[in-house]
Amino acid sequence: MCKHTIVALMEDQPGALSRAVNLFRRRGYNIASLSVGHTETPNVSRMTVVVESEDVEQVVKQLYRLIDVIKVSDVTEDPTVDREMALVKVQAGSKNRAEIATLAEIFDAKIVDVAANSMIIEMTGTPSKVENFIEVLRPFGIKEMMRTGRIAMVRGAHAHRAAQYAESNGHADEAVAALN
Amino acid sequence: MSDQQLTGAQIMCEALIREGVEVMFGIPGGAIMPFYFAMWDYRDRLRHVLCRHEQGAGHAAEGYARATGKVGVCIGTSGPGATNLVTAIADAMMDSTPLVAITGQVASSVLGKDAFQETDIAGITMPITKHNYLVKDIEDLPRVFKEAFHIAATGRPGPVLIDITKDAQQARMVPNWDVRLSLPGYRPTYQGNRKQIREALKLLLGAKKPLIMAGNGVIMSGAHSELRTLAERTGIPVITTLHGIGSFPEEHPLSIGMPGMHGWVHVNRAIQECDVLFNIGGRFDDRVTGKASTFAPNAKVIHVDIDPSEIGKNVKVTVPIVGDARNVMTAILEELPDKEGLADLHGNTNNWMEHIREMQSKHQHKQQYVARPDTPMYLPPHDVYAILTRILNERGSYRVVTDVGQHQMWAAQLLDWHRPRTHMTSGGAGTMGFAVPAAMGAAIACPDETVWAVCGDGGFQMTNQEIATIVQEGLKNVKIAVINNGYLGMVRQWQELFENKRYSGTPLSGPNFVKLAEAYGIKGIAVEHTSMVETAIQEAYDHDGPVLIDFRVEREVNVFPMVPQGKSIGDMITEAPIIEPANPNVSIVKNPEPEAV
Repeated sequence: MCKHTIVALMEDQPGALSRAVNLFRRRGYNIASLSVGHTETPNVSRMTVVVESEDVEQVVKQLYRLIDVIKVSDVTEDPTVDREMALVKVQAGSKNRAEIATLAEIFDAKIVDVAANSMIIEMTGTPSKVENFIEVLRPFGIKEMMRTGRIAMVRGAHAHRAAQYAESNGHADEAVAALN
Repeated sequence: MSDQQLTGAQIMCEALIREGVEVMFGIPGGAIMPFYFAMWDYRDRLRHVLCRHEQGAGHAAEGYARATGKVGVCIGTSGPGATNLVTAIADAMMDSTPLVAITGQVASSVLGKDAFQETDIAGITMPITKHNYLVKDIEDLPRVFKEAFHIAATGRPGPVLIDITKDAQQARMVPNWDVRLSLPGYRPTYQGNRKQIREALKLLLGAKKPLIMAGNGVIMSGAHSELRTLAERTGIPVITTLHGIGSFPEEHPLSIGMPGMHGWVHVNRAIQECDVLFNIGGRFDDRVTGKASTFAPNAKVIHVDIDPSEIGKNVKVTVPIVGDARNVMTAILEELPDKEGLADLHGNTNNWMEHIREMQSKHQHKQQYVARPDTPMYLPPHDVYAILTRILNERGSYRVVTDVGQHQMWAAQLLDWHRPRTHMTSGGAGTMGFAVPAAMGAAIACPDETVWAVCGDGGFQMTNQEIATIVQEGLKNVKIAVINNGYLGMVRQWQELFENKRYSGTPLSGPNFVKLAEAYGIKGIAVEHTSMVETAIQEAYDHDGPVLIDFRVEREVNVFPMVPQGKSIGDMITEAPIIEPANPNVSIVKNPEPEAV
């Protein structure tokens, strides 16, 4: 199964995210990561989802069937800026505090909390860089960790916006165009 | 009037009238009571049909919608009232039936607190609705109703559920009807892409063995006359799927019949041989394609569908066209060459048609079923259909609503279908219990036509309580035919053919249906052999009121031809049922081995 990164704009309505997630479950698409938040347009939220599916075209088309979903793109093959953030609480006594601080610096991570026996480190980067950093920290003892999941944006001037689509003529324009 | 304060419930009634709703099917309950309170003042404009179960209300709304093309409306209260609607909503989703389901919800102050009769119906119906709403604020009502009806009826039609809290129904405001639809994510594509249409035409013109497959989309878009013109001008044979039945008259020389699991042998063989398959408004359901990877192996497929997600989902497509069936067909007709330009194609299609008819003559087809000689106590189901179809034709306009199972396939195979929206059935979801309530909805939609509910004794017993509704509403034009074989017959058929006659859970007893009919206050007629069929049907027609005919048919008759599940449509069980009137005890299957065709 291939992993695909899909970016979807949807109306910021109660139930919209639930509908999208429900769709992935019902059609048997496995979600590797999912992240949602507000965008530059009021009432439009943006979802970046990494899914495992044999047939990503169906995933895109099925998302388009949801009334709340405004625009969907499979950006797997596009040049994108991919980011993920992690907060890691790592075991750090006086012995290895300095070593961890050095590693954090190497990875461009920030130490955001220091306690007697632990530190919290904030790390932002490509998902693989975050992954590497976590592996490096693991031997010290990770007490707690959370990751946001990937967010992605296509490079260059082209914007994945809702506003221009509100004026366009044809729901699922892209899906239709892809077929034609 | 314009600055008058209305309750949420009154706004709901006003909104329904604005959407052109004339009739609604439902059952009241606590959380929907404000709506029923308001409805009373609108009773001359909004007819409410009190059903006996919400599933019946849902199917009745579906029957109304399928008969008219308008949006059907059903109502239930919160909790069990809403969950009882679920089957009908799922059925409407599978068959693209425009439906608006209105449910009451507990007051917003107790929402989420497991209040009495609280169920998260919006959550439950999320995957089985085209869209749904939970309305907690009276301000949203005018917009939500406008959007719901728009979504249900346009694009690929489907069910929309509106769940409304009791306090939103009770609140008051001056409604603002000047609301704009705010659906940036919903703009169906109606016009086919011209380039693709020319591409499709090129394929059709170059074809030696082309086929048109007409589905539900042709009926829903009202494209039957365009379909007929296209077929006649090109000479291309037309297949009608289960839901495409009626989109093309079966008596037409270019009509070849139904494909799929219980389609005719010559139709499935034609699909396997054809070089271009033009599917308009069908979704390549697995009951049509059999094993999809072996479906139409020689064909380039043109697929017209208004829903882009259907294209390429089950079958690989050469020319996809997203659009409304009628618009696309009109565009094709505009691009079609003149008579001379079509001469070559006509030559090809003539030969092809001859070949198909030759295949047809070698295999079982409806023409081979004729009424059999009289034998006491012996009634093959095929005789019922042979006589019924003759009388239907003689008596003129009719609608037939079928349930799910053997009787449904026999009806699709053996009755004559001439006009769109005359055949209604539960196709995608396969919902037993559909026929009686859906026929009730169709009967309200078509008061001047006779509406036949044809069902099995299994499905009939799932929703037969709606006969009480039929009586209460005075629907004299409903006639019910129960093809009663004392089994869940289709499951029994599979058990016979594939499970060595292990009849686990299929033998079925029932009440005396004639007495049941009489208990409901309608006429009941029992039919036990072929000689009684004609009289019973004529009597049903002549009786001024609903009638139930209990056709006590031979118990173990199978539907043939048949493609076993998961097999290629090239592997059909083709043996015709050999009915031997001389010996009523003989069962009919001769050769259940699949024969490669």
